[in-house]
Amino acid sequence: MMKNKKLKLNDLVTPFTNGIIKNNATFRLVLGTCPTLAVTTLAMNGIGMGLAVTFVLVFSNAIVSALRNFIPRKVRIPAYILIIATFSTIVEMVTRAFLPDLYSKLGLFIPLIVVNCILLARVESFASLNRVLPSVMDGLGIGLGFTMSITLMGIIREFIGAGTFFGMPINALINADLPMVIFILPAGGFMVFGFMLVIFNTIVEKIENLRGKSK
Amino acid sequence: MPYWIYLVISGIFVNNFVLSRFLGICPFLGVSKKTDTALGMGLAVIFVMGVASVITYGLNLLLVIADIEYLQTIVFILVIAALIQLIEIVIKRFAPGLYTALGVYLPLITTNCAVLGVAIMNVTELAKQTVFLAFVNGVASGMGFTLAMLIMAGIRERMELSDIPERFKGFPITLITASIMAMAFTAFAGLSL
Repeated sequence: MMKNKKLKLNDLVTPFTNGIIKNNATFRLVLGTCPTLAVTTLAMNGIGMGLAVTFVLVFSNAIVSALRNFIPRKVRIPAYILIIATFSTIVEMVTRAFLPDLYSKLGLFIPLIVVNCILLARVESFASLNRVLPSVMDGLGIGLGFTMSITLMGIIREFIGAGTFFGMPINALINADLPMVIFILPAGGFMVFGFMLVIFNTIVEKIENLRGKSK
Repeated sequence: MPYWIYLVISGIFVNNFVLSRFLGICPFLGVSKKTDTALGMGLAVIFVMGVASVITYGLNLLLVIADIEYLQTIVFILVIAALIQLIEIVIKRFAPGLYTALGVYLPLITTNCAVLGVAIMNVTELAKQTVFLAFVNGVASGMGFTLAMLIMAGIRERMELSDIPERFKGFPITLITASIMAMAFTAFAGLSL
């Protein structure tokens, strides 16, 4: 174990940047697909859901990483689920009390953060092996990457499906035959997600190829 | 029409868990490569959802009496995780045949959001609440999940043979297929029950 080693700046920056692009939860790891498809009918919902997940992820990563030498290997999964459930209950209570509007829109998917695979995957594969600060940065990176991707999906689906951009009507700006309601129906969600996967992965691979060549 | 028949039709077709409520997408994408694994997973989910619905419904009554409903999420997920372990042990002991068929899928179900989803839905969304209706809702939702899994697996088995652009292989083409399935299922929304 690297117990006494000093943390370098790189140990903090790499998990963060990796989380946003290379390990992007939605498009690269294809985790947390349920909320990705369900709440992205509006761009605002994407931001709300993303930030809720980020909060839970940062704190559960921190706690799991701090306790990584105390949690016995055999009962680790129930222990992780309990930690995650605690924070998602906090998020649920806070949104219900202070953001009732968002709470009613996200509905069932706020308590369901507990079983969001992003959390268990990051806690198990990163936080349980790394020190506290890198784990927090990993949580931030993955969380913001997730927020970014589902907000992007929300923008696309809201733009085409409802003809608005963050609630502002766009018909005054462009002359198009919008809205196409199918895009805010479940079918549109699957469709947009499928095409986004292709586009995002193509772009990331192109960038990595260019980087490889320049080295 | 009795409310429970309404719940069955709504759970299987109209509000299909996968294609209209977006619950249980991970196993839907991950375990739908072959029809027999899809069927195994589906049956395991029906079984767990039925049992979990009854138990979480009962527990919620206790939570309401004790006035600690905010513990719902934590209690439900722990009970579901423990329940799945218990079911695994019980059927391993008493029904080894069933265990060989469903055993592999049981641990995966703990983090299947459909199970926790139906447990929470039973105590928040049902218009009339009884243990029986919770059970029916759990089983019907599980059957809807199984139906979607089976159709998807059938299509994917055929798709193995077709010529798909390199970039679309795997998840993207599966999602686009799901999108077309969802369009077909949208038609059920027109059913007047």
